[in-house]
Amino acid sequence: MPVSYYFALSAILFTIGALGVLIRRNAIVIFMSIELMLNAANLSFVAFSQLHDTLRGQVLVFFVITVAAAEVAVGLALIVTIFKTKQSINVDVLNELKQ
Amino acid sequence: MTSDFLLFLVLAVVAVASALSMLLSRNAVYSALFLVINFATIAVFFLLLGSPFLAMVQVTVYAGAIMVLFLFIIMILGTEQLRQDETLPWQRPIAIFLGVVLLVETGFIIYSLGFQQGILPDFRSFASGYASPADIGILLFNEYLLPFEITSVLLLVAIIGAIVLTKDQKS
Repeated sequence: MPVSYYFALSAILFTIGALGVLIRRNAIVIFMSIELMLNAANLSFVAFSQLHDTLRGQVLVFFVITVAAAEVAVGLALIVTIFKTKQSINVDVLNELKQ
Repeated sequence: MTSDFLLFLVLAVVAVASALSMLLSRNAVYSALFLVINFATIAVFFLLLGSPFLAMVQVTVYAGAIMVLFLFIIMILGTEQLRQDETLPWQRPIAIFLGVVLLVETGFIIYSLGFQQGILPDFRSFASGYASPADIGILLFNEYLLPFEITSVLLLVAIIGAIVLTKDQKS
């Protein structure tokens, strides 16, 4: 089975994630789209790793997943804080630096 | 047409459909559940690519921990339905146009530049290796020990950061 199928799928998923960031106004959905993009990149990593018969790509994916977990914890905490001050998580409401 | 390919095709359709449903769903809870489906299919792709360890990590960490955290926050804030009022005109068509441009760009890079410069061997199939969790562990704790330790510090900082950020300011 040709490798390029996995790269095509990864590219499609990444594009859908990027579209989500551009279109949606809900901060949580934007965040989920970022997770989708991270996963698309992970899929490429594993495919490349298997293609070149090495484990390094898989170790890298392991690190990406760990960093994504840390990012989600901090990001969701930020969203909760924004909701406390603005009573909304619509990203269009966040248009000023002072509260 | 092998069974691998059939499985890939069906799962690819499911993955793209669930990603699109995540994008288009009005309710954030449905978006999160569609994303869980997407992560599960990606876990099966990892299995197909011969990395069972990552498939399990994907299910437990991504589909399990991270998405539960998302659902938890959505339900705490009660912001499942957010009114989509357009403050920027033409935002949606421009976004779709840019998305198509991105897809064409990546396709061009993968399929013409990648094959020409030998980054991607043309229609070579995968090495039939099996990356056991033990192999990954040996590589992780020998060669990548320092990054592994730094990751633990990063997780600690993220825990502290999340607590500090959500702490009540008044107390």
